[in-house]
Amino acid sequence: MTADRAKLQRYQSLRRGMTTVIVVAAIYEAVARSGHFAPALMPSLGVVARTLLDSILDGTMLEHAAATLYRVLCGFSLAIFIGLPLGVLMGRFRPVENFVLPLASALMPIPSLAWIPVFILWFGLGNTVTILIVFYAALFPMLLNTWSGVRSVNPIWLRAAGAMGANEHALFWKVIIPGASPFIIAGLRQSFLRAWVAVIGAEMLAASDWGLGWVIFDAKEFLNTDVMLSSLVVIGFIGFVSERLVFGSLERATIYRWGMARTAKG
Amino acid sequence: MHDIAEVSSIATASAAVEDGPLRRIARTAFPFIVVGGLWEAVAHGGFFPPRFFPPLEAVAAVFARLTLNGILPHHVLDTLVRLSAGFALAALFGVTIGIVMGRSRRAEDILLPLVSIGAPIPGLAYAPLFLLWFGPGNVPAVALVAFVAAFPVIYNTWTGVKAVKDIWVRSAQAMGADDRRLFRHIILPGALPYIMTGLRLGLAQAWRILVGIEMLAAVPWGLGWLIFGAQEFLNTDVMLAGIAVIALIGLALEKLVFEPLEEFTVVRWGMLTS
Repeated sequence: MTADRAKLQRYQSLRRGMTTVIVVAAIYEAVARSGHFAPALMPSLGVVARTLLDSILDGTMLEHAAATLYRVLCGFSLAIFIGLPLGVLMGRFRPVENFVLPLASALMPIPSLAWIPVFILWFGLGNTVTILIVFYAALFPMLLNTWSGVRSVNPIWLRAAGAMGANEHALFWKVIIPGASPFIIAGLRQSFLRAWVAVIGAEMLAASDWGLGWVIFDAKEFLNTDVMLSSLVVIGFIGFVSERLVFGSLERATIYRWGMARTAKG
Repeated sequence: MHDIAEVSSIATASAAVEDGPLRRIARTAFPFIVVGGLWEAVAHGGFFPPRFFPPLEAVAAVFARLTLNGILPHHVLDTLVRLSAGFALAALFGVTIGIVMGRSRRAEDILLPLVSIGAPIPGLAYAPLFLLWFGPGNVPAVALVAFVAAFPVIYNTWTGVKAVKDIWVRSAQAMGADDRRLFRHIILPGALPYIMTGLRLGLAQAWRILVGIEMLAAVPWGLGWLIFGAQEFLNTDVMLAGIAVIALIGLALEKLVFEPLEEFTVVRWGMLTS
């Protein structure tokens, strides 16, 4: 009985959700076709879909997406490569924490985009600036989450492992890393989100011929609103896929399997 | 999504370790002295032209000059006005939409698809679109800030309202609370910790986006524009002074706006022990 009701309710939610999307699309279409706004500023959905399809078929959109992904992954891996070990060291050793934490708290409130002009002057236009901006944006969530994860490892586990004769190496791999994993995964997720925002902004400002952010910015000059909207779709799609599929399955493969989900929630 | 707030509260907690205030100040200052010293060494070492890598005293001099002749305060004021306008809109709409979504299943079904479609797109990606639709200037900047900051507010408010314990609602109803009192005395206090987290995340988001949009939208004043404009003239010292001000404002937002606000509401109502 209750299962039936739940099913009915889910069906109803789905139906209402679909209705909203259709209604909103229809309103947009009606406004776009009514001629109140220039079609260059508000293209109809058919035009946007055609532009999107064309640009995917002739490969330009894929190339832009590849350029953006390359930058975001470079910066993101750099952030993991530095943020993760540093976070662990901060959590384990007091002097490291005392040194890094004030710097991190001073740098963290500066939006990564604010550095773009400085970095352009230092490194010139191109990939270096974008990757560094992504790195800056992704570093702090990674660092701080790892740090608080390592600190939150229950000291009883550490002492128990020590009493059972675990050396530093075993302690690290068997207790600290799994214990801190919910925070580390949350950090990865947040870092990627930040990196994804930063890469779009950096591509707009440090223009470099390729990249989804650059396409949007460039299309504005020529009033190609259809191009802008279709790359927005691609950006949203990649963001959604990485959030749901990549990090969702990463969480399932690690935290849930290790039975740490309760810690992650609370 | 909630972790930033959590992390920063841990950060403040661990900063207040038991030893004396003088030692604490010294310990906090030490890393800055080291990094500042390195910076000075590189700047005076002549590896890079001083135009690109100015020594700290040059940055401080520019900072003092721009503050005294009123240029920097004007930029700061404009940025803050935009931030407050955008954030106020985001808070108003975000909390309202979130509460409606949390209370009514119909509204949740209708609004959730829109929120989940809009949320994963980075806010700045909309910037050129907003600039086309609203023209350059303040309107697209404030609209974009409001739009971007609204998502975490909506999301957290919605979660918070749904997290209010059913038994509280039912016992209040059994004791004869009408809708207004139910809302004022049960739902709002119950959801408040989440709403505060949402507002905090929204403000952080707004702050990050605002600097970017000020660079893109041709606004005459604003810190983002100050930094971006200085690039044309290779004024690295102006840019660094601007970044320093941005960092100060960011810190002040956290320390002076949110921590007291949280203290005042959430802790006082006993929803969270600080």
